[in-house]
Amino acid sequence: MYVYDEYDQKILDERVDQYRGQTERFLAGTLSEEEFLPLRLQNGLYVQRLAPMLRVAVPYGLMNSAQLRTVARLSRDYDKGYVHISTRQNIQFNWPELAEVPEMLAELAKVQMHAIQTSGNCIRNTTTDQFAGVARDELVDPRPYCEIIRQWSTLHPEFAFLPRKFKIAVCGTEEDRAAIHAHDIGIELVKNSEGDVGYRVIVGGGLGRTPVIGVEICAFLEKQHLLSYLEAILRVYNQHGRRDNKYKARIKILVKAMGIEAFRESVESEWVHLKDGPTTLTDAEIERAKSFFTEPAYAEFDNTPDAELSAKADADPIFGNWVKRNTVEHRVNGYRIVNISLKATGYAPGDITDDQLELLADLADRFSFGEIRSTHQQNLVLADVPSNELYTLWQILQKAGLATANIGYLTDMICCPGGDYCALANAKSIPVAEAIQARFDDMDYVYDLGPLELNISGCMNACGHHHIGHIGILGVDKKGEEFYQVCLGGSQAKDASIGKILGPSFRQEDMPDVMEKILGTYVDLRSEDEQFLDTYRRVGIAPFKEKVYA
Amino acid sequence: MPKLIKNGAIVEDTSPEVLDLEQWLDCEERASRAVILEPGETLAPLLEHLNEIPLVMVNFPTFMDGRGFSYARELRDRGYTGEVRAVGHFIRDQLTYLGRCGFDAFQFDDESLLEPSLESLSDFSEYYQASINQPSPLFRRRA
Ligand code: HEM
Ligand code: SF4
Repeated sequence: MYVYDEYDQKILDERVDQYRGQTERFLAGTLSEEEFLPLRLQNGLYVQRLAPMLRVAVPYGLMNSAQLRTVARLSRDYDKGYVHISTRQNIQFNWPELAEVPEMLAELAKVQMHAIQTSGNCIRNTTTDQFAGVARDELVDPRPYCEIIRQWSTLHPEFAFLPRKFKIAVCGTEEDRAAIHAHDIGIELVKNSEGDVGYRVIVGGGLGRTPVIGVEICAFLEKQHLLSYLEAILRVYNQHGRRDNKYKARIKILVKAMGIEAFRESVESEWVHLKDGPTTLTDAEIERAKSFFTEPAYAEFDNTPDAELSAKADADPIFGNWVKRNTVEHRVNGYRIVNISLKATGYAPGDITDDQLELLADLADRFSFGEIRSTHQQNLVLADVPSNELYTLWQILQKAGLATANIGYLTDMICCPGGDYCALANAKSIPVAEAIQARFDDMDYVYDLGPLELNISGCMNACGHHHIGHIGILGVDKKGEEFYQVCLGGSQAKDASIGKILGPSFRQEDMPDVMEKILGTYVDLRSEDEQFLDTYRRVGIAPFKEKVYA
Repeated sequence: MPKLIKNGAIVEDTSPEVLDLEQWLDCEERASRAVILEPGETLAPLLEHLNEIPLVMVNFPTFMDGRGFSYARELRDRGYTGEVRAVGHFIRDQLTYLGRCGFDAFQFDDESLLEPSLESLSDFSEYYQASINQPSPLFRRRA
């Protein structure tokens, strides 16, 4: 994991001091509300329905146990004892006091955490695959490149007042686990025929009101040009992105309006002047970045742990089921990747308490080299657990309510905070999620449904990524009443697609029934092992419509 | 006489007459006239005359409009060495960013802001990116 040196620490400390001064000026009345707004946003502070919300960056989803303990302590001292994992791998505090935020940021800075650019019209936290470095299907480890982008984008002087927010995601695998097509810029790490690492660059994806799947702007960018090329894209966007209408201000609108060819041309004519300049990456810098993401000291195992694991799983089927559903094969023999579901029925999806955080910090130290990861599906991951420790780990997780065996299934839904917290919401989303979880409490049925992504947003800002869920639910406002629109067939995988609206919206109390009809239709129509998305793609929306609106 | 911050100190304004981009390009005595840029204009026609411009003003109709940052950066990157002055509604909290993009002068509409703003010039002493006042990015300088 990346470790700050004196330079990183200095930049961060100076930022905390700057924000402390800004908060003081605001509270003293010498900095206006209007002027303070973008400053606090770029320090992660929204002001919400009931209280401010502080969004802390988790760069590409990676944390160590000391950071987790600090988050836990802050949630206890400054908040209500729980935090929320966001769909961009960040951590949100829901009830801090505006005046106390500088203090929280100072505490976070001590463990190399911050809230820089987690909000506002600037380059946001870069996200990636939560299995980076341990995935079997990985071609190139994305983390060193994410760190290089993190440093470049942090307090970039030219791009802090963009037309709109700007999000970059990176992946280095066959199966895209970072939704790179739904980002302003998506970067896929690839190798050319000589085996050199480079980048396939996707631009102009995004969700929100106008969901768009990004398109390729460059098939292979040589690795030293990463930052100058990003700078060229950002400069074209900064100059030409629309500023007259916030809903048309994202880069996706600009790319659509210009067409990808013209947009590419503009970027390249800007790039001519930046290419090979001082921002060109050096091999030494890439090596330095890589040196922070080397393998931990894995133990050498023969085949016994796996045999032992199978035996334990057979002996205790509940454990066996958890292993099957929540753990993933690891690149290294004798290890497994463990997903920790934050989607237990009865709790807001993605929420976690201070005690649970501290327990996970201890478990990370004991079983997984002191590291933990957040996922854009709002769960956590212990990436390096020896197979022969899984049983012990599971027993502990179970006691803490952290062993819900539903990763990738219906009840592992993505859900935004919605009307319970968010000032922009049209409708609540958490109660819908809970009602669906409660209805589908028969796990055998849920497993039988197969891998299924249900994504819920409380308004068209799409924080819950409803467009790219296999099933998406969107809160809408109809004459002051909360209704829910359903869309089907979205995907965030390599073959990304935007879901299609099923038809007129529904009342909250009808949503579990609607889900039952949609899923029943799938079960009736599927052939053998066909997954929901494949059945949908084969049969189209009509049969679902017929059944639901019958 | 109006005042502004230039090269880190408060000084009196001694600028020449100011023309908009179109007027400036058409003006016979342009070498003794300042030019003011508005967001949304294209810099291209100006780039051929960089050594004739005594002063470029970049107007910020609102501090949220970041196009002016790129103007300064481009002018400097293409070799302009004269004064680049921010005018209009920008805020002191933007001064380090503006400076790093190549602005060396700041003229607030409200002069009472000058004195307290000096402090913001030193909000940061270290940066990651290459910029006009530090052409080498941190990764090339790390000890
Ligand atoms: C509670 C306060 C929140 C507010 C006020 C808020 C506001 C917004 C707004 C206005 C947008 C639309 C941006 C656009 O269309 O350009 C947006 C998008 C988004 N938000 Fe939130 N949000 C909040 C919480 C969250 C949370 C808790 C998450 C994660 C669970 C989240 C994740 C996202 C994501 C991933 C997008 C991306 C859509 C895209 O890339 O186009 N937000 N948010
Ligand atoms: S989708 Fe809408 S309701 Fe949900 S968090 Fe985002 S802005 Fe709020």
